[in-house]
Amino acid sequence: MNRFLWPLVGFVALVILLAVGLGLNPRDVPSPLVGKPAPVFTLARVDAPEKSFSPQEMRGKVWLLNVWASWCVSCRQEHPVLVEMAKNPAITLIGLNYKEVSGDGAIDADKLGEEGERRLALQRANAWLREHGNPYALSALDLNGRVGIDYGVYGVPETYVIDKSGLIRMKHTGPITPDVFSGKILPLIAELNK
Amino acid sequence: MTPFVWWSSRADRYSWWLALFAVMASLAVFAPARAKEAAPLAADEAVEKRLVAIASELRCLVCQNESLAGSHAELANDLRREIRTMIGQGRSDREILDFMVSRYGDFVLYRPPLKLTTILLWFGPVVLLLGGLAALVAYLRRRNRQVVAAPLSLEEQGEAERLLNMEGEQQ
Repeated sequence: MNRFLWPLVGFVALVILLAVGLGLNPRDVPSPLVGKPAPVFTLARVDAPEKSFSPQEMRGKVWLLNVWASWCVSCRQEHPVLVEMAKNPAITLIGLNYKEVSGDGAIDADKLGEEGERRLALQRANAWLREHGNPYALSALDLNGRVGIDYGVYGVPETYVIDKSGLIRMKHTGPITPDVFSGKILPLIAELNK
Repeated sequence: MTPFVWWSSRADRYSWWLALFAVMASLAVFAPARAKEAAPLAADEAVEKRLVAIASELRCLVCQNESLAGSHAELANDLRREIRTMIGQGRSDREILDFMVSRYGDFVLYRPPLKLTTILLWFGPVVLLLGGLAALVAYLRRRNRQVVAAPLSLEEQGEAERLLNMEGEQQ
């Protein structure tokens, strides 16, 4: 009896280890930015490019920063959830339009020149929001993805929950599902708004 | 009528060689082009060398099994550009690695730092090896104790000698 017990225990332990390990999402890399101040930036607004947006303007508010692009397929999947989310008055959603033109493999951004790229990006981003609905209070235009690097963006869409003092409290990589929204984001926002 | 064998026909053999040649030629043509794509030649070779050295230590977060130096992902391109800029600003390797870690976490490092959370990662294999050796030694010792000397009975002894002698006679 004892002879078979320990190999069995070892086998079961291994199965549990592998079951847990294989069930994890390798894309879900914990962000070192959680608990740190949201990186500072100043970028042009997608809706009004002559105006700029900076996270400091959001001091005293709990808000969400959602990284998106019109070429991003998962963003399209996520978008209806965001539109639904934005109907909740507790939610302030700011968009970060990430590499609208240079991130699209189908376009050679270098050929357009800086001004051409900017114009095309604004046009594409606004057209996309018109077509799919605009859940964002506003979106900031991160043409070359430099702000994305500061936020540790590596797979669009990504969403950050930022508290009243400007600290990042949560990061979600990948599309927000209704479950993630009602199970994780909404309770966190309620708590931060207390 | 000869049965059809694919190498028997002269034309077939010819086309086979031609295909082989085409493959080799295309490899020769595309290989250098691919190499260039990963690390564009910049004016300063020293900067590029440092860039590759640093980027090889970093994981590309998009294709997680590739280093930043070898990845073709868009983000890897951007991060290499970022590293190049930082080298230009005279930042140290340590500072550049810290820049990456502060944004993407320890996961970007192919050599993770020794921390409480990474102890299992660093020493797990050694612990498994030692555990395996200990188990092996324990098992062998126990088996040695269990093997009891089983002397032959008189009858068996006689039978064994008879068989041995019989073999000797035959030779």
